[in-house]
Amino acid sequence: MQIIQPHYHAIARTAQDYERMSMSGVVAVCEPAFWAGFDRRHPETFIDYFAQISEFEPTRAAEFGIRHFCWVAVNPKEAENVELTNEVLKQMPEFLDKPNCLGVGETGLHKSTANEIAALEAHVELAMKHDQLVLIHTPHLSDKAHGTKTVLEVLSGMNVNPDKIWIDHVEEETIEWVLGAGYWAGMTLYPVTKCSPRRAVDILEKYSTERLLVNSSADWGPSDPFTLQECIVEYRRRGHQVQEAVEIFHNNPCRFLGQNPKWDIKPIRITEE
Amino acid sequence: MLSPKQTLDTYFLEARRDLLEVAALLDRYDESVSREGHKAEDESKLESLREAMQLLAKPDHSKADRAKQLLAHFAKID
Repeated sequence: MQIIQPHYHAIARTAQDYERMSMSGVVAVCEPAFWAGFDRRHPETFIDYFAQISEFEPTRAAEFGIRHFCWVAVNPKEAENVELTNEVLKQMPEFLDKPNCLGVGETGLHKSTANEIAALEAHVELAMKHDQLVLIHTPHLSDKAHGTKTVLEVLSGMNVNPDKIWIDHVEEETIEWVLGAGYWAGMTLYPVTKCSPRRAVDILEKYSTERLLVNSSADWGPSDPFTLQECIVEYRRRGHQVQEAVEIFHNNPCRFLGQNPKWDIKPIRITEE
Repeated sequence: MLSPKQTLDTYFLEARRDLLEVAALLDRYDESVSREGHKAEDESKLESLREAMQLLAKPDHSKADRAKQLLAHFAKID
């Protein structure tokens, strides 16, 4: 089965991930810009990071037959540094033009501070000005419900096209708000801290699978890119057909990401002879 | 060995995850009952889980032997 990893932080992972993903049917990964585990101090550090994920990382993925795409943003944890955020935002349009860059992300909220909200608004404005897709991070754990509501409030006051916005890391308590407002929703499968493969399948069964994306977890912390395959196995184990799985784990990413013409992977249909 | 605070800080998130899995299982069962229009013929496993949670919810376990008690409890289920 062909699989797309819509949210994958490749720079924190080894080539062995790529090899194993390739062996398990992954045909493309998308790498949003994220927090490095420490607060970066210089805009130039971001510029080099954006160059890494837009120029170098595609070559590493290609060695294993995997397409690599990226997103650029200042993540919410570093948005408290207003001067740095504004300087990076000025230089982001250069990277939006890169052939593998799909949009602005992951922006969003962490503690929902005034500076984070201002940075989120600036990122969304930039994206809309350049007709880009947006990937929005919602907070973890106890901040999730409040942060998700705040993201939706911020967006409701802006002139955005919900079709082009993916709000990520939804769980049982937040998914209805996101889908109800017309945005795409992403579930992120972590070993401990976010959604689990089984709970994700529960959500897929409870809600329409339209506008839903499923991500694994792949960063420098406790995470596992193969939670996505676990989720597919769980989905199939409950009796869902291969084509239904393809619609969720391959075609839905194609539908959302395909709004950017740089994404040239098309939805597929399994035929039976 | 870990201090009381270290014990909670180290294992809280994993316990949270495990309880969410139990909650999701119970929701999954209810959804299934709603969809199929009937309960399982034998709900003893469900009842066993509920009894186990009641045991865990008791604040005082002077012997700190909850795991041992749960193993004995679950041994009654085939």
